[in-house]
Amino acid sequence: MSRIARFLGGAAPVALRATPPRYFGPDERAVRRGLGGLAFLLASVLASGVAAQATGDLGLVVERASGALLVVDQSERAALGRIEGLGDLSHASLVYSPDERFAYVFGRDGGLTKVDILERRIVARVMQAGNSIGGAISDDGRYVAVSNYEPGGVRVFDADTLAPVADIPTGGKTIGLVDIPGTRFVFSLWDQGETWIADLSGKAPQITKITGMGENPYDALVTGDGRTYIAGLFGADHLTALDLWQDPPQPKPILPGYAEGRAGLPVYKMPHLEGWALAGTDFALPAMGQHEVLWVDARSLEESGRTAVYGQPVFAMARPDGRQVWVNFAHPLNDTIQVIDTLSKQVIHEFKPGPGVLHMEFTPRGHEVWLSVRDAGRVMVYDTETFEKLREIEADSPSGIFFTARAHKTGL
Amino acid sequence: MNRLALLLALLGAPAWAEPDAQALARLVHQDCGSCHGLSLKGGLGPDIRAVSLGHHDRESLQAVILDGIPGTPMPPWRPLLSAAEAAWIADYLLKGEDE
Repeated sequence: MSRIARFLGGAAPVALRATPPRYFGPDERAVRRGLGGLAFLLASVLASGVAAQATGDLGLVVERASGALLVVDQSERAALGRIEGLGDLSHASLVYSPDERFAYVFGRDGGLTKVDILERRIVARVMQAGNSIGGAISDDGRYVAVSNYEPGGVRVFDADTLAPVADIPTGGKTIGLVDIPGTRFVFSLWDQGETWIADLSGKAPQITKITGMGENPYDALVTGDGRTYIAGLFGADHLTALDLWQDPPQPKPILPGYAEGRAGLPVYKMPHLEGWALAGTDFALPAMGQHEVLWVDARSLEESGRTAVYGQPVFAMARPDGRQVWVNFAHPLNDTIQVIDTLSKQVIHEFKPGPGVLHMEFTPRGHEVWLSVRDAGRVMVYDTETFEKLREIEADSPSGIFFTARAHKTGL
Repeated sequence: MNRLALLLALLGAPAWAEPDAQALARLVHQDCGSCHGLSLKGGLGPDIRAVSLGHHDRESLQAVILDGIPGTPMPPWRPLLSAAEAAWIADYLLKGEDE
């Protein structure tokens, strides 16, 4: 994108949105002239190819120390600008509106902020809780749900205005909140070991409670088809899966006793589970307290292998085509990335981008990967076939990287 | 070569050395912050700002840091931190000057 496109891109939507009310004046001819002028302007702008800035290859990088978001362009491998004033963004995550223009940012301090990527500004912000952990947007784009540690529970907001829509108290911390088809959200209860499904398709939320998920679920994922929900457990030596196509879903332990007979290592950072776990026909899952990535057959949910890795995995992310799984590690081994080949389940590449590799994000088709290297103050872009470093982008304590293509994925 | 060895010896951190305040403060916010929040207001783990640590003294806090709290996600930091470093962190948290 050229510099002029970037400049006009921000300005054009503002003008278009702000002007229509003025045309409903008494002088109809003036109105027609106005509309004609606008059409001419639009046509000429369109002809020059800079009418609008498409957002399909944009993204946001969380700058956690400064409470800002860096707007990035994935194709240009460049930072375009910054959105500031978002509060405490440690452990922040975000989701996108279906049109990929707005992002909803879930701050650790309980702030829910809606930002406009094109105008690079905050559109709306509410302090919805004392302490929150993540969120999701409904399949129809109408609702944004936030998972809270303090006071616990899940709160649901109107995606346009951030007005409160529903409050779902749970009596404790909630984790692993995801969206599934049917205007539903699924989340788990850390203290009670339950998973709840909240159906928001009607007037009031309908809640389905599934007990017996296991002790202390710390995070969960849902597959891209919205069918399989997998919760990781801090307090038990297995994970638990739900087939959400069942009614009601029955908890099924997977990888039972995966660490049996082996001392669990101190866990300095909880692993993350997200919808990118499916690699080919298997799930690749980070082991808790072990230097291992665990493989599970996606159909039978039986163990299909283990890969010894450098440290305790935080993220085990399948490249979008599933052919590779990229793994980063917990403190103090968080300077290293390993790449696992999905077919052989062997580590095929290892490198050290620098201390504090906190997050990875693949381009939508996986040809490149962006890494946040916190202590270097850089986002680093790599080719996923040659592993060549293509670019470094300056960022202030970068953590999460989120490309807009997530808008069209269930569970991300 | 000798100079390099001397430099390395000076740069290395022997057990009796003064804790590296800058590195430890960073660790508190970045790594303790994984669970307790970058601003230490809590997350999966509790609020560990000075106002919330009234029930702790330096020794009990140092013990929690070194040995963790069994049955909870609070891990033992003894594999990574010396007793002096844990005491420094305990003081740092109780003083709470970073608020």
